[in-house]
Amino acid sequence: MAALLGYIERKSVIHQLSGVTKLICFLLWSFAAMLTYDTRVLLFLFIFSFFIFKLSKIKLREISLVLILILIFLLLNNVAIYIFSPQEGVKIYGTSHVLFEIVGRYNVTWEQIFYQMNITLKYLTVIPVALLFLVTTDPSEFAASLNKIGISYRISFSISLALRYIPDIQREFQLISKSQQARGVDLSNNEKLIRRVKNAAAIIFPLILSSMEKIETISNAMELRGFGKRKKRTWYSFRPLKKIDYVSIVLMMIIFVASMVITFMDGSRFYNPFL
Amino acid sequence: MKKPVIEFQNFSFQYHSQAEPTLKNINLTIHEGEKVLICGPSGSGKSTIGHCINGLVPYSYKGDISGTLKIMGKDAERLNLFDRAKMVGTVLQDTDGQFISLTVGEDIAFALENDCVPQDEMKQIVKEVSSLVAMEHYLQQSVHHLSGGQMQRVAIAGVLVNDVDILLFDEPLASLDPATGEHVVQLIAELQKKMNKTVVIIEHRLEDVLSYPVDRIIVLDDGEVVADMEPDELLATDILERVHIREPLYLKAAKYANCKIQREMRPAHIDTFQVEACKEPLISWFHHAELPPPPREDEPILELDNISFYYEPNKFSLKNISLSFKKGEMVSIVGQNGAGKSTLSKLMCGFERPQSGKIFYGGNDVTGDSIAERSLRVGMVLQNPNHMLSKHTIFEEVAFGLELRGVPEKERMERVHDTLRICGLYPYRNWPISALSFGQKKRVAIAAILVLEPEVIILDEPTAGQDLLHYTEIMEFLLSLNQRGKTIIMVTHDMHLMLEYTPRAIVIDHGQVLADDSAINILSDPDIVQKANLKETSLFTLAERLGIEEKREFVARFIAFDKEEKKKWLHY
Repeated sequence: MAALLGYIERKSVIHQLSGVTKLICFLLWSFAAMLTYDTRVLLFLFIFSFFIFKLSKIKLREISLVLILILIFLLLNNVAIYIFSPQEGVKIYGTSHVLFEIVGRYNVTWEQIFYQMNITLKYLTVIPVALLFLVTTDPSEFAASLNKIGISYRISFSISLALRYIPDIQREFQLISKSQQARGVDLSNNEKLIRRVKNAAAIIFPLILSSMEKIETISNAMELRGFGKRKKRTWYSFRPLKKIDYVSIVLMMIIFVASMVITFMDGSRFYNPFL
Repeated sequence: MKKPVIEFQNFSFQYHSQAEPTLKNINLTIHEGEKVLICGPSGSGKSTIGHCINGLVPYSYKGDISGTLKIMGKDAERLNLFDRAKMVGTVLQDTDGQFISLTVGEDIAFALENDCVPQDEMKQIVKEVSSLVAMEHYLQQSVHHLSGGQMQRVAIAGVLVNDVDILLFDEPLASLDPATGEHVVQLIAELQKKMNKTVVIIEHRLEDVLSYPVDRIIVLDDGEVVADMEPDELLATDILERVHIREPLYLKAAKYANCKIQREMRPAHIDTFQVEACKEPLISWFHHAELPPPPREDEPILELDNISFYYEPNKFSLKNISLSFKKGEMVSIVGQNGAGKSTLSKLMCGFERPQSGKIFYGGNDVTGDSIAERSLRVGMVLQNPNHMLSKHTIFEEVAFGLELRGVPEKERMERVHDTLRICGLYPYRNWPISALSFGQKKRVAIAAILVLEPEVIILDEPTAGQDLLHYTEIMEFLLSLNQRGKTIIMVTHDMHLMLEYTPRAIVIDHGQVLADDSAINILSDPDIVQKANLKETSLFTLAERLGIEEKREFVARFIAFDKEEKKKWLHY
């Protein structure tokens, strides 16, 4: 089984960037994608993210499982938006081009489709890049980066430890889950929902217990080697910023500013093709 | 007289969570430059002594202390965890779990980072220290790609950066294969010589530690020091036998032959042991001891036909494996860490499916079984019982598998009660699982599998971390299941387990079957022993020194005799 969200070691430009750079770029990227509903900007970012993937030498296949989970969630989200607010698109874009009626206020309009497409695009712009950030950043270097931008080293280190343990916990989850399936635990659709929830507990409970054991070991190991002794600490794996880091940050800032300008130029966060 | 570095005086300790003190009135002094082994059965307090020295007691594990403890002449009460870390370097038992960072260099540097050492200086120190343990070429490597022995080296380097005076090893051999264990013991010996550190080793695998000389052995039992003497002196007593620590096998043999061991015979190591006085009784014992009955020949129950498996394309974990297990057999699977033993067991119990090859059960092709179907044929008991137990009481846990399969209540009750009786758990059926010891949990985990009535049971490291008494309990229990006709397959590192309980052993090396033979034949083949990181038993050496030609028979007779002797403990 491939690790799902752990650090994947490769030799690539993206891997070579310092953790700080990647963090700053990722934050700017997310802000840009979250603030804008401008389809042109989103499309540009979406396509640009393919380019970044290419550079990172990470294959989509390697993060496919998480990606699929997220796509399923995205689908549910879209259904929910339609059910709770079928006229949202009409409200935003001010026109109503009806494709066909269903019942009551439920009809399908071009506006609604366009609106939901924008939402989907937003997710698709941010999420793969977030995953990419996780798999290309060495957890310890990430901790060093967080610490450098002013976050307490205890918090930084906890985050990086959590990241580092994701693959371990996944492995353990697989083992426990298989051993419980062997006893007859069925998590598939064949079972009733309540039964499934109960069955899931048979896997989660041992997983939590064994994670607690792990935490005890690691926190003992850390304390025995002086973690938390001083107010500050230094980092073995901290990489000072190089030229390529500055170039990347500047480039990302340009993208961010440009997307903000394009988004807000016409006084609305939405790009309106219906006018 | 050398200066004392660790002094316990009338020292007692009781965990807040325990009703009884774990350490009782300990008086113990360890001097500078000494190498001391602390041993004792599970629950004797040996780990707690380690925690008291490195400060986890009282800083992480709270409890009441009375009496005094001085470390490097200073009152331990005034030394916090960080002060102690400067004096005592602790290498923990769980090699994998104690790594904090991802790469070797970074992990070694961890203590320096916490001390705010500037990066340049840090890199310099890491380089120097890593060369002490011969890991200087691996600094960029991920710790997960290291072998067990390399992991121990990194862990040792990680405490050496602090320039500690005392090195404390908490069960350093627990998760290592036999040959790697010996390398680690050798490394400890070399470091001690080179750097003149005080070394304290907590371990119950006595014979393995003694392959390099130690100055003193301290035996703990039930929280008290029951022996504090030189190895030669201790081995001439019956203290180890009394507290159920496995004595070196060559001495055990001599004792069975009614030969009195004297201190002057230098019994601490097979090479120094003066065997002459024991020669005659041993040879005569050998001729009188009985051979074990020959194994039965039965129908094959589980067969693997040309199985190959990989997690990632082109990286075979197992390649062209063909094996046949007979009904009612008891078999060991051995080999180096990472050789593919666990993967093989996962294929057999259906956790993974082979990419090519077929699996037969009772002659029928079951390659396409789902996990739930296979488990009715081949049950798997994981190494860590906590991975399997999720219910509140023992009864619920054992009933769970039947409940899920919709077995009617009446039949369910009967089967669960039967299983609990077989496993000796019936009187405790309503006990909460959280109140059980590790060994008892293991038994519940086995019961939970047994209730599904598979013919074949696979166990991953059934006795890891168990002392001799618990080891014997678990193994005799498995043997009783075996005598009821169950086929038992065990993945193990324990060479003695393999000799003692499994007539047949399979050696896996680099994803292939290196050998499939009787356990004795495998352990007497130097080529296989070396390739698979196994270790020859000292009984062979003893037989050699006695001039006994039939070395294998000597071992076989010893084991048959030893088993009978140990069964007596379980019945008192």
